[in-house]
Amino acid sequence: MSPNIVSVLYLISALLFIFALRGLSHPESSRTGNILGIIGMIIAIVTTLMFKSVLSYAEIGAAVLIGGFIGTIIALKIEMTALPQLVAAFHSLVGLAAVFVAAAAFYDPMSFNIGNVGSIFKSSLVEMSIGTFIGAVTFSGSVLAFGKLQGTISGNPIVFKFQHLINALIFLFIVALIVIFVLTQSSSIFWTIVVISILLGFLVVIPIGGADMPVVISMLNSYSGWAACGIGFTLSNNLLIITGALVGSSGAILSYIMSKGMNRSIISVVMGGFGGEQASVGGSDNSDKIVKQGNAEDAAYILKNADSVIIVPGYGMAVAQAQHALREMCDLLKKENINVRYAIHPVAGRMPGHMNVLLAEANVPYEEVLELEEINYDFPMTEVSFVIGANDVTNPAAKTDKTSPIFGMPILDVEKSDSVLFVKRSLATGYSGVDNELFYRDNTTMLFGDAKKMCENIVKALG
Amino acid sequence: MDGIVNHSSDIFVIGLTVFFLACIIGYYVVWSVTPALHSPLMSVTNAISSVIIVGAILAAGPGGYGVSKIFGMIAVILATVNIFGGFIVTYRMLSMFKKKTKTKKEKQ
Repeated sequence: MSPNIVSVLYLISALLFIFALRGLSHPESSRTGNILGIIGMIIAIVTTLMFKSVLSYAEIGAAVLIGGFIGTIIALKIEMTALPQLVAAFHSLVGLAAVFVAAAAFYDPMSFNIGNVGSIFKSSLVEMSIGTFIGAVTFSGSVLAFGKLQGTISGNPIVFKFQHLINALIFLFIVALIVIFVLTQSSSIFWTIVVISILLGFLVVIPIGGADMPVVISMLNSYSGWAACGIGFTLSNNLLIITGALVGSSGAILSYIMSKGMNRSIISVVMGGFGGEQASVGGSDNSDKIVKQGNAEDAAYILKNADSVIIVPGYGMAVAQAQHALREMCDLLKKENINVRYAIHPVAGRMPGHMNVLLAEANVPYEEVLELEEINYDFPMTEVSFVIGANDVTNPAAKTDKTSPIFGMPILDVEKSDSVLFVKRSLATGYSGVDNELFYRDNTTMLFGDAKKMCENIVKALG
Repeated sequence: MDGIVNHSSDIFVIGLTVFFLACIIGYYVVWSVTPALHSPLMSVTNAISSVIIVGAILAAGPGGYGVSKIFGMIAVILATVNIFGGFIVTYRMLSMFKKKTKTKKEKQ
């Protein structure tokens, strides 16, 4: 194929990727978008297979079959609750693939038209090492994020002295290594860059606590895009550059939205140390406060007598797998002509949009699921707010208490509704470690227990 | 002009042009994504970033068994796990986002 035809086919594939993202502006167009993305990927792969230098179809075919098989099995089996871990794991693969492609280009530059062994173009070496660096950081950062989300590694932030100074020094060291690498083209320097970058990836994610995971995942998403970009520059491949830039900016925007949802700057999230069980602020002086406790029957009675109910789900709902029981409960309420809607805080769950997926999985129509800005003004006109597995995102302290670590965070105004039902396992603080004054208000009823069981019992009581 | 004579810097500048324009497109396209679909956005961007497989195929392509080819093969496997996994998971998620009327019909 002539280089021009290749470029045009790559361009088509890049355009299809753009349309794939564009489709996500509405649930109805999103499915078509996904198919366009798949077509774009097929065009990209087939075009590349037609290159004259590509001869070993058997081996590539075998590799595609192995990878495709593993990917398909994982994607079909994964529980929607475990989505954040899955995405983190996938990010690590992109990072690792970038490192391997860069290494391949380093050992066989002729196949990529970037010079000969030992005399690779300087510019290609710079691009290659930057791609390797970002890829390796993405890889190890994502592996650690996966471990924290999966629970194999404690979600607590690990903070030690001079942490940021050490990271900065390591970064400068990598920059120096890249300079040496470009000048010497030494393979041992190349692998040193890989190893040190992997170390840096771990160190960057280690201080970030569980509550900040939505930001971390988005950031790693962004990194994986920039890694692809770096490889795109190395290979002078516009398709890779465009796709990498799309993914990179997508992740960056999501990180921005997430950190805004917590009223924290991206910098402070990256610096870490926030969120974890050891951080307990202002939660000690509440032992003498009175909490109104209720059971499923009380809740059913309160809910049945309302005209309008807003459900506020949080990560606790996902952990308890309560979304199906919750939907059943809401179906019964809707039968009584009660207006039931769901309010989603931007950082509810462990990744952007996680709650929406879980509710969609439970067959909740997406029209009933509203974002914070869409529904927050409706709380004063609402009889009952039903908070299930959420805590910090409803804490009025974010508006009133300047000393609170979550001060300034946008919250769902559940306290403005006539009464609040709180489904919780205990009075424990949320991820931020901040006590919620809402628990002790007169119009709040605490429903202690497992979220799923509580919903099932309310269903029984309603029936 | 000098730029035309110096071929390698030309390619880089074209790449840079493409890069910045793509970032701008990305910026507008991603802001238009509805927040409800942010999870599918992550998984689909994950899948398409595996277009890095293009580089992996070029590395795995030549005959013989050099180091570079082995690296290429590993990268092909890693990228395909992501491509299949990413698109299928996105498909699964998106097929759950349905309208009210449809869900009612399913139940009946």
